Amino acid sequence: MTTRSFGSGIRRREDPRLITGRAPYTDDIKLPGMVHAAILRSPHAHANIKSVDTSAAASQPGVLAVYTGADTDGVIAGMPCAWLIPGSDLKTPEHPAIAKDRVRYVGDAVAVVVAETRYQAEDALEHIEVDYEPLGVVINPKAAAQAGAPQLHDDVENNIAFTWAVAGGDTDAAFAAADVTVSDTITLPRLIANPMEPRSAVASYLAAMNELTLWSTTQNPHISRFLSSVVTGVPEHKIRVIAPEVGGGFGSKIPYYPDEAITAFCAMKLGVPVKWTETRSENYLATTQGRDHVEEVEMAASSDGTITGLRTTVYAGMGAYLSTAAPGVPTILHGLMYSGAYNIANISGTIYGVFNNGTPVDAYRGAGRPEATTLIERLVDLTAAALDMDPAELRRKNLIPKFENGHDVATGIIYDSGDYELTLDACLNNADYTGLRAAQAAARAEGRLVGIGMATWVEICGLGPSQVAGAVGFQGGLWESAIVRFHPTGKVNVMVGSSPHGQGEETTFAQIVSEELGVPVEDVEIIHGDTDNTPMGWGTYGSRTTVVSGGAIAFASRKIKEKSKELAAHLLEAAVEDIEYEDGRFFVRGSDDQAKTIQDIALMANVAWNMPEGMEPGLEASAFYDPPNFTYPFGTHLAVVEVDPDTGHIDLQNYWAVDDCGVQINPMIVEGQVHGGVVQGVGPALWEGVVYDDNGQPLTGTMQDYALPRADLLPDINVDSTTTPSPHHPLGLKGVGEAGTIAATPTVYNAVMDALRPLGVNRVDMPLTPEKVWRAINDAKNGG
Amino acid sequence: MFPSQFDYHRAASVAEAVELLSSNEGAKLLAGGHSLLPMMKLRVASPPTLVDIGHIADLKGVSADGDGVRIGALTTHAEIAGSALVQERAPVLAEAASRVGDPAVRNRGTIGGNVSHADPQSDLPTVLTALGATINATGPGGERSIAAADFFTGLLENALEDNEVLTSVSVPGVASGSGTAYVKFSHPASRYSVVGAAAVVSVSGGTCSSASVVVGGVESTPTRASSVEAALAGSATSGDALAAAASAVSGDFSGDPVGDVYASNEYRQAMAAVYVRRALEAAVARAG
Repeated sequence: MTTRSFGSGIRRREDPRLITGRAPYTDDIKLPGMVHAAILRSPHAHANIKSVDTSAAASQPGVLAVYTGADTDGVIAGMPCAWLIPGSDLKTPEHPAIAKDRVRYVGDAVAVVVAETRYQAEDALEHIEVDYEPLGVVINPKAAAQAGAPQLHDDVENNIAFTWAVAGGDTDAAFAAADVTVSDTITLPRLIANPMEPRSAVASYLAAMNELTLWSTTQNPHISRFLSSVVTGVPEHKIRVIAPEVGGGFGSKIPYYPDEAITAFCAMKLGVPVKWTETRSENYLATTQGRDHVEEVEMAASSDGTITGLRTTVYAGMGAYLSTAAPGVPTILHGLMYSGAYNIANISGTIYGVFNNGTPVDAYRGAGRPEATTLIERLVDLTAAALDMDPAELRRKNLIPKFENGHDVATGIIYDSGDYELTLDACLNNADYTGLRAAQAAARAEGRLVGIGMATWVEICGLGPSQVAGAVGFQGGLWESAIVRFHPTGKVNVMVGSSPHGQGEETTFAQIVSEELGVPVEDVEIIHGDTDNTPMGWGTYGSRTTVVSGGAIAFASRKIKEKSKELAAHLLEAAVEDIEYEDGRFFVRGSDDQAKTIQDIALMANVAWNMPEGMEPGLEASAFYDPPNFTYPFGTHLAVVEVDPDTGHIDLQNYWAVDDCGVQINPMIVEGQVHGGVVQGVGPALWEGVVYDDNGQPLTGTMQDYALPRADLLPDINVDSTTTPSPHHPLGLKGVGEAGTIAATPTVYNAVMDALRPLGVNRVDMPLTPEKVWRAINDAKNGG
Repeated sequence: MFPSQFDYHRAASVAEAVELLSSNEGAKLLAGGHSLLPMMKLRVASPPTLVDIGHIADLKGVSADGDGVRIGALTTHAEIAGSALVQERAPVLAEAASRVGDPAVRNRGTIGGNVSHADPQSDLPTVLTALGATINATGPGGERSIAAADFFTGLLENALEDNEVLTSVSVPGVASGSGTAYVKFSHPASRYSVVGAAAVVSVSGGTCSSASVVVGGVESTPTRASSVEAALAGSATSGDALAAAASAVSGDFSGDPVGDVYASNEYRQAMAAVYVRRALEAAVARAG
């Protein structure tokens, strides 16, 4: 008998090696003869390269080679963009791994030095002479889209990489007929993902075999292999990509980067293994960033509080080039979610993807959905204020009523299941909302600035149906596969194509196998991250891994259970129809004292001494899971803040989260995901944001300047949940990786705006740093 | 993150450190490494030679010095914050040291390194100026003492010669009947003080008899709030009186302004009045 663990918060099996520092990461890889690359990065945000003189660098101690963009011509291809959204007139200007004649952001690669040691390579960088001719710079995405702005790419008019629209109903009519309309301009700051481990790559090339091995800090080794093949020309079956431990990614390790291509290029040119590891400073310049939206948004409502329309114009900064998945983030993952948790009959949005002289922007935890949820939830609060309604009640009035199997929204997608009011009630109850409002009224009477903010949110994740992926221009599938393999001793290997990197799936996947087949969790080893010993898969991002790989593991386990029943019937000399299964044991109905355990079955299947006629040896199954729909987790978050009117400081005092991610395999891991997600979502509301000066120089280039959330700035987070299974998933899962990040930004922003409401302040750009808040307070006091 | 090449020497004594500084042009002292090494890793600083004084035992520890304390240059922030002697004789210094950076910084960073780095947003320069501390240094010509008020000469600049070693800081004891406080507006990322205010206030018979008030973070060197001190002399200790005195700080800024993307100088000046008021309130509450 085994202890059932599915649904219980067992400890994460991966943690001991991670928290004791004994887990190997890419930078720990040391190969015989390995040499080191360092990349020269542009100090200019926009400039023509008139010349690059590498001769002095090439003669520095230990230097083996110095390469520029010209050296890569005809050897490696440009960086591919892999999300070609349809109907958008998408432009994909060339993105060379090493800039050739022009640099477009501070951090753009200009040359690479390969030397015997990293220090020698870094020292030699200082001897490369580059003659730059500075060009005009534009940073703000809306400004970049205007006629006359500096142009980044000659063939992209007004820097507009794409224009994408979403529409449902008749928005113009809804606004014309509305009793009340509200509008706002919301800025979602540009964010740095800040994984604990910076990016790294080690490339080894065997010319005689034309074989390339790439160790890489990637969230998706199979996509990395696919794109490595496209870029290097080495055939895909001759490439092996290995993601050892990956120390967090938050989306920033999805893209295929110039740096990986450069490292592979150097290894192929020199015939020795080459390592490149970014410094934290490089991470702040050359690793993709998130958000960077300017959102002009409006909401229409009738006097009874019914929301009737939503209209947006969004300028989404893309940075200097289109990163791998960038176009899909502010469109498919953003605009399609404009109905939020509500029935909004009329929706229209226009999204401009705009090149600007910043680091390329791509998916960052939440990816498009925080940007959507923030604008929706802000407009809901503004509408409530305009109607003098309680914001919780306005939400309740407009929430989609409970549904168990499909609900169409105006943007054309179908939510899977939801009980939004349940989470609203639970959150209001947990927080004692009535009491909070009474306390707020008392505080306001004393002149204190206390605010309560909330968000009722829903997201699209569990990406996703491959047919839909194709229809929306994603240049890949979104299914996952799993191989479940029993060894003679009853121990199990599970091989998956997704690539967990901190989310705890070595634990939750084992809990699935344990639940399905009755083996102890300790007997199940999850193998992932190496294209040579895992089946094809599309990677870990978008709150999809537990959902999609988990589905494949469940299906593979069920295949094994069916074969085991047949083998048990044979061994017990019974008809397969009479075999029952319970807790890892197979027995003839009514005589469970004569059971065959799954371990007995595994042994017999592997030795194959006594098999039924025609049955293949072995106990192993492969299954593919292509989800029939996306999943739509949801919830309600609520925060209380107090603003210091003298300084503008915001004290985030309390935070409640009630989330519904469907069935929970491991509630402790769910809670941890929500907890971390909330912190990451509070970040841009209060502290985080990349700031460039007018010349495109980053002013937040170190962790001394870029303010990450810190434990002592946060309250305890009260995490609770409800369970509404996804109707189409074999285990009822929905996914939880991004929930907190999606909800927390609008929750905290709304709370601060609620605190400032008595002063007449309705908007302050995020992050809400004390000076900005102080100025807003002073402006309001001085008559605005 | 990869500093340029440099030579490394470990000095066994102050005299040897002075000799190494004198004989190696551009050499820098290494103590706790928490100011210098980050700059070297960013290649903002590339000294050809480092002289490590971290192993000179004479430079460590806190001792009584008259009615005050003498703090060796290598004494860490954590040691100062935890020193019973400092807590008793100059509690505001312990208070400030307890709020420098984070635990890792406080366990490695030293008072000598902190003071000689002369960062305008650092906590200790502000407090040492308010306390009337003295910086002791040894050079080829022997020892000399420099008043804290004269030590900080500009942005990241101090009064030391290139071949002088800061050996200790002498801090006079706070007189009985005085209350002290240091309050700071921490930068959320760096934990440097966006604005820091130190106050030493003597109260007798319900009025302020004298005060020493210094503000950090607004100018390139600590700002003595002379107008506030003048307003406090003979002033009542009511909240209104302290607020009125604190607001006078706006007249005390005439040096090189400090400001950045997080907090402009205009905002820092405005916050100085708020934090001086809070420091005065806390100091008065602790007086007597």
